[in-house]
Amino acid sequence: MVVNQNSSKCLNQKLGVKDLNLFYGNFQALRNITLEIPSCAVTSIIGPSGCGKSTFLRVFNRMNDLIPGARIKGEVQIDRIPIYGKTIDVVRLRKMVGMVFQKPNPFPMSIFDNIAFGPRQHGMTNRFELENIVEQSLRQAALWDEVKDKLKQSALALSGGQQQRLCIARVLAVEPEVILMDEPCSALDPIATLKIEELMKNLAKNYTIVIVTHNMQQAARVSDTAAFFMMEEDRAGILVEYGATSQIFTNPRDKRTEDYITGRFG
Amino acid sequence: MEIRTTFHKKLKEIQDDILTMGSMAGKAILSATDSLKRRDIESAQQIIADDQKINGKRFEIEEKCIQLIATQQPMASDLRVIVGILNIITEMERIGDYAVGIARVTILIGDEPPLKPLVDIPRMAEKTSDMLRRTLDAFINRDAETARKISNEDEIIDELYDQVFRELLTFMAEDPRTITRATRLIWVAHNLERSADRVTNICERIVFIVTGKMEEIGASKY
Repeated sequence: MVVNQNSSKCLNQKLGVKDLNLFYGNFQALRNITLEIPSCAVTSIIGPSGCGKSTFLRVFNRMNDLIPGARIKGEVQIDRIPIYGKTIDVVRLRKMVGMVFQKPNPFPMSIFDNIAFGPRQHGMTNRFELENIVEQSLRQAALWDEVKDKLKQSALALSGGQQQRLCIARVLAVEPEVILMDEPCSALDPIATLKIEELMKNLAKNYTIVIVTHNMQQAARVSDTAAFFMMEEDRAGILVEYGATSQIFTNPRDKRTEDYITGRFG
Repeated sequence: MEIRTTFHKKLKEIQDDILTMGSMAGKAILSATDSLKRRDIESAQQIIADDQKINGKRFEIEEKCIQLIATQQPMASDLRVIVGILNIITEMERIGDYAVGIARVTILIGDEPPLKPLVDIPRMAEKTSDMLRRTLDAFINRDAETARKISNEDEIIDELYDQVFRELLTFMAEDPRTITRATRLIWVAHNLERSADRVTNICERIVFIVTGKMEEIGASKY
């Protein structure tokens, strides 16, 4: 593994892609993407359906590798170290780059075992250590107070919003540096959504968060930087504009961004 | 393809309201000066009464803007337009108040003998109301360049104000009995000078709406 786990957590650039092109067989899903994602911040990826947002997100934990026929050209880096090399340990990469999905997906086991699952997979057996990490993770995910008395109960009995925070806690338990979130609130009610958003802002003090969202108000609320993607005629996704969220949502430089966020095209 | 048709239709309606309010404020300035020139107390009283309509229009527009912000979550240029409008209506409301100030002077002067025929004061009023009219055109056309140019025309108003001030000062120096009447005319000129400054503030808002940059343009001498 070349990615240095001991690197200082808050460098300027955490993730970087350069001239990234991604193909599914003959279909090009992403074209010439170059951008740098800052550490300890929330970066949102917005754009119309099918523009390659989720594909782009999955580049960072090499989830696209699992899709037959997927291949990439160009460079993807974490802490300025390329992650698409033969020597890269993908399991360790995915430990470092956690992911939260649209639909909460707790494992059919107890709350405790859900959180302890990752650390156990990575070889942690000491009960005291596990208890400690479960509590810390649940606290960080703002769920501890709600579940501390029922850690042995099934995680499936939690509400949707609690399940999603459980999934975030599960990611935190393996001590990642980057958290990818693909539409993490689209299955949640507004209150649960606001809780997750608040959590994201807090987590961003220590983690690099990248979120794909269809909800522009959410992107405006939670992110520090925002990237707008759209499709070209052959449906390949391109990066149109990338900048501080405050600038993108008040004074976008590109007319296409302006038209998209003001609802003049979609 | 336009998606938010309802929202953009409502935004356009507010812009039409801005034109209406602008024309009310411009007319108030012209009529106030005209009633002073003609020493028409009745007309001056009407201007004071009509200011309520300008104030009402301002609250109506403000309310519509708040509704749009609360229900539509405007972004980018739409957001800048709404924020710009909230500023523009405040400036125009103040212009209406300056017209009221002039009308009050007309009532105060009553049937005192005129100090001199008014020449430069009506010129200031015409110029100010003309600047306001063209500024609102620039707003509708999203024309920052024209807004900057109009803002620079404030110098003409400042020069006229200087001229009125010097002239009235001469009257007062020559005959102290004119001091009261001359001072009142200086108030009028001052109100007009301030009105033109408000127009330049609107110009700054137009530049913000178009470019997203907050900049001070054509800073007034006064």
